[in-house]
Amino acid sequence: MVARAAREIVPGMVVNLGIGLPTQVVDHLPADFPVCLHTENGLSGIGPTLQPGAADRNLIDAGGAYVSTVPGSAFFDSAVSFALVRSGRLDLTMLGAFEVAATGDLANWKIPGRFSPGAGGGIELAQKARRVVVLTSHTDRAGNPKLKAACSLPLTARGCVARVFTDMAVIDVGPGGFVLRELAEGVSLSEVTEATAAPLACPDADIARF
Amino acid sequence: MKLPDKTCPIEEAIARIPDGATVMVGGFGVPGTPFTLIRELVRQGQRGLTVIKNDANERGLGIDHLLANGQVARLITTHIGLNPRAIAMLNAEEVEVEFNAQGILAERVRAGGAGLAAILTDIGLDTELAQGKQQIEIGGKTKLVETALRADVALIHADRSDVFGNLAYVATARNFNPLMAMAADLVIAEAETVLPLGGLTPDAVHTPGPFVDHVVGLAALSEEYAVVRR
Repeated sequence: MVARAAREIVPGMVVNLGIGLPTQVVDHLPADFPVCLHTENGLSGIGPTLQPGAADRNLIDAGGAYVSTVPGSAFFDSAVSFALVRSGRLDLTMLGAFEVAATGDLANWKIPGRFSPGAGGGIELAQKARRVVVLTSHTDRAGNPKLKAACSLPLTARGCVARVFTDMAVIDVGPGGFVLRELAEGVSLSEVTEATAAPLACPDADIARF
Repeated sequence: MKLPDKTCPIEEAIARIPDGATVMVGGFGVPGTPFTLIRELVRQGQRGLTVIKNDANERGLGIDHLLANGQVARLITTHIGLNPRAIAMLNAEEVEVEFNAQGILAERVRAGGAGLAAILTDIGLDTELAQGKQQIEIGGKTKLVETALRADVALIHADRSDVFGNLAYVATARNFNPLMAMAADLVIAEAETVLPLGGLTPDAVHTPGPFVDHVVGLAALSEEYAVVRR
């Protein structure tokens, strides 16, 4: 699914990859792929991730991974970093999720009383990136669906998600709700419908595989 | 004319922080966190602090020591997910946590530093972060009033300083430092290298010296500044 999500990135884009699964997308981009990766803590032009032995102690991404620069990179402060986000300069963001609703609502920052890490830059990314896609496991660790008719957890942003990549499927959020676009190899239509807690439209007779 | 020398012993600078102070702390993760100033604040033990920092560092690093030592009453932050102690203290209501959207925290601090009262934004309107905040209509659209933040003290980490307090940052250690360096009544900067006047060319200065009160030179860097091996 990470490899499939990487194909979402179009040459020339400015892209922010959120903490967790989305960060791994960078490993599936060819070295000479023309893209500018942005990270909230103040870098445009992220280069390859470095192992601790080769790392620069002052050069991380927003998830704390040690990264590098590429020719043409720039450093900036946190206000500039989010000016870039809020002013519409970010073509695409890929985020993780606790829940995604059929309306495109996203919840990914708070499980009340249990785990409240905070939203970090997630609210601005979700609200202001030109396109928001989610990478997530289709169900949580207990097997409960993460794609639902409505979010039960506190929202990050309303109506922001355009597409969801999971281990089971690629699903678009359309005006009428979830629309199945692709199925993972070895996953059946009934399995993905079963694991989704909202109606799932399936307009294509022959569903593509990834 | 000669610009004044603001270098200061760390004990003296940190001793100016009273109990109950609001303290901004630069840094995003390890880069830019003023670990040495924080350690001295832990040693002196001022209590009842309101700490404004992007994150809560990680266990055993930076403001985690302030949390562990019971010195923090309130934390204004954006993300504490890498510090299990901070999450546990929040769940146990041992510390009050106010979450902000990250760029909004940056703008609130910048507004405070620029002498502005508040900023207006649509960020977070559909979330619980909007609860209790004033809303106004601008051009027919609803905006949240996000009040400016100022602090009694800002603790800043710079790569280089001159003795007047002109500061320069490196790589992703810049983050909130230049914003917070403008937004407090007392600004204390630690620097890895302290240069004589003229040691930083005017174009190389990120934070102009007039914002800074005290410069603390770091003779050595503790383990906390090093690459984290998770």
